Amino acid sequence: MAAATMAAVRKALAVDPATRLSADRVQSIHAASLELLDDPGIWCTGERALAVFEAGGCRTARVSEGGRQDGYRVRIPAAVIERALESAPDEVVLGARDPANTLVLRGKEPKVYFGTGSQANLVLESRMASFRSEEAPEQAAMLPVYSESTGSIAHLCRSAHLAEHLSNVDFFIRNVNAQDESIPSEHRDVNIYFAALLHTTKHVQGGLESLEALQPMLRLAELVATDGAEPGGANPGGANPGHADRGATGRDGSVRGLPVSFIACPVKSPLQMVADTAEKVVAIAEADVPLVISCSPQGGSTAPIQEEGMVAQINAEILAGLTLAQLARPGCPVLYGAVPVRARLDNLHDFYGAPEFVHYNLGCVQMARSYGIPCYSSAGVGDAKRPGMQATVEKLPSHLSVAASGAQYIHYAFGLLDRTNVFSPLQAVLDDGAIGLVKQVVRPCSFSADDLTAAVEEIRSVARSSGVFARRVRKQLRRGVVGDAYAFADDGQADRVLERAQRKLEELYQLEPRRLSDATVDRVYAAVPGLIDRRMFDIR
Amino acid sequence: MSERDMLEEIRRSIIMGHLDAEDEGFDGSMEGTPGTVELVEEALEARTEPQQILTVFNAAMEEVGRLFEAGEYLLPDMLASAECVGEAMDVLEPHLAGTADTQKGTFLIATVKGDLHDIGKNIVITMLKGAGYQVRDLGIDVPADDIVAAVKQHKPQYLGLSALLTTTMTEMETVIRKLKEAGITDVKVIIGGAPTSEEFAQKIGADGHCRDALEAVEKLEALRSAS
Repeated sequence: MAAATMAAVRKALAVDPATRLSADRVQSIHAASLELLDDPGIWCTGERALAVFEAGGCRTARVSEGGRQDGYRVRIPAAVIERALESAPDEVVLGARDPANTLVLRGKEPKVYFGTGSQANLVLESRMASFRSEEAPEQAAMLPVYSESTGSIAHLCRSAHLAEHLSNVDFFIRNVNAQDESIPSEHRDVNIYFAALLHTTKHVQGGLESLEALQPMLRLAELVATDGAEPGGANPGGANPGHADRGATGRDGSVRGLPVSFIACPVKSPLQMVADTAEKVVAIAEADVPLVISCSPQGGSTAPIQEEGMVAQINAEILAGLTLAQLARPGCPVLYGAVPVRARLDNLHDFYGAPEFVHYNLGCVQMARSYGIPCYSSAGVGDAKRPGMQATVEKLPSHLSVAASGAQYIHYAFGLLDRTNVFSPLQAVLDDGAIGLVKQVVRPCSFSADDLTAAVEEIRSVARSSGVFARRVRKQLRRGVVGDAYAFADDGQADRVLERAQRKLEELYQLEPRRLSDATVDRVYAAVPGLIDRRMFDIR
Repeated sequence: MSERDMLEEIRRSIIMGHLDAEDEGFDGSMEGTPGTVELVEEALEARTEPQQILTVFNAAMEEVGRLFEAGEYLLPDMLASAECVGEAMDVLEPHLAGTADTQKGTFLIATVKGDLHDIGKNIVITMLKGAGYQVRDLGIDVPADDIVAAVKQHKPQYLGLSALLTTTMTEMETVIRKLKEAGITDVKVIIGGAPTSEEFAQKIGADGHCRDALEAVEKLEALRSAS
């Protein structure tokens, strides 16, 4: 059999990683996490997870603890965790409808991808309107006006279409909670993923609401993976090295990984394994599909507020989930899913604009890198309620810092407002512009000795002639050595960022959807039960 | 190469901002290939009508302007193309003598006394040369009396005054006052520089203010059309 090849994949942003923790502190936190997983260990009520832990060499004891239902204390020995870390692959491949959008994540390599995230209940649509001052009628302005609505499958389709066309979006996590009453609850998963897969050729990721949906979901993903590929082409080696996952073979013989992967949150903080999601972790691991082990403790309520405590606890919780997955199927592809957040101290809501949100995330990125496991991290969330300057200011510290840290897979990065409650397409366009700037800021210095020699010659030459370097900028522009200006910069005196972003949003909505072929859609409808009327997915 | 092909080569060379064989051109890859200056020399040797070459200059710069407006070109591209035309005009001009439409007028320019900044001034020079104006550069830190003397000597249609500092921009008013005192009223004075404004231009009696080099070309074209 000819060896499978990896075709050109989506380019990641390579950085020289900024660090917050010293190597000693990383080791100390690792040791603290191991200590926590031994004592008190994990509280666990799920029979399936319990069986996996017991078979893997963990000590379990049925206990009755005050205020809780009876359950088990699972004490995970350090040796079991170390073995799990060894078996977790360094490289995870996330396929895509368009193979050129395939993502390759390597745990030790600080190469960054940005994507959407959350599952916002509300969508904030916008349009521009003209206003005139009542007091001074000569003063007029164009400003956005908004309408808020409950998330629907139509919003999700438009959001996936938008993500397809925003140049800095590398992957799509379903970012709108489609609450259409016409979708039966048992078929929500396939409809949500189909809506996304239909409108974006980028990698699609999300949770799995029902474990029963896993097999139909995998069938859906397999059919989508073959869209435009050689009919009947099976993936000979699997996209994730050493694993026989369900991809397809492209016309050029290249491996195409599945265009979907999953997120599961097996641990409720602090240190409690949830039966339902732990069972999903085991099932998805056994299916050998890439999986994010995501944990989201809240500093100040469900985790210590100080960063060393927060990072030690979330690290322990992720290691518990990761160990469960590796015990269920050694070598299954997993991402280290860090969503640490701080509590507001007036109401204990999530406080994403807090500096600690950045500190926590940076610590987690370093922990993941020390294990050689790709890091699913969080950036670009804030507390502002409307698109614009305040929202962008709140997002920028995490956008910039987490990218600079070299987290491989940054979710939440586009369009979220009011923490993760609202998705704003206009803010997503603004975030795309801001991330474009962030990419320019954090790219490493790359000049060679030859470049420096050429620069000296250039200075010498210009100093002897016009004294102006402007026309010599062209070569560097075309080489990509210098970046473009901010996408919504204005060349006049007025600041029309929102107006320009809204115009761009409307232009993107007008672009032709990059839908699956009709033949693939027909095959999907024939093979996957529970899909709603196909006209409901039409955004035209 | 046919004459038509030669003219097309010149047009393309200007659009790519490829000055001469030593110039790296649009993307750093054009060094060692003939640029605008060599191509114009070649065309003249082949007895191409100078007026035809001039027409190509205008057409090429129109296209460069369109690319700039469309956001495909940035100012460095525009400057490079303008420099091509400016340098090529020096080659072409002796062959155009006596023919109509050889130039749009003479533009005298100086950075005023006390101010040593000349980047903006030099960019304006490049752009105006590229647009077909005859440009005389008086340099930096030029006293008002020297500027008035130069206006008397060269009789330009336009005078450009540049200053970067709030402390030197007031010297522009002195120049305008001295021009009036000398009885010179037929030169249009355009001012520019970071601290200047339309309001300041009106206050000191200048005929126009330009925010940047592109606006300088536009303002001069407008003044030319109005005269």
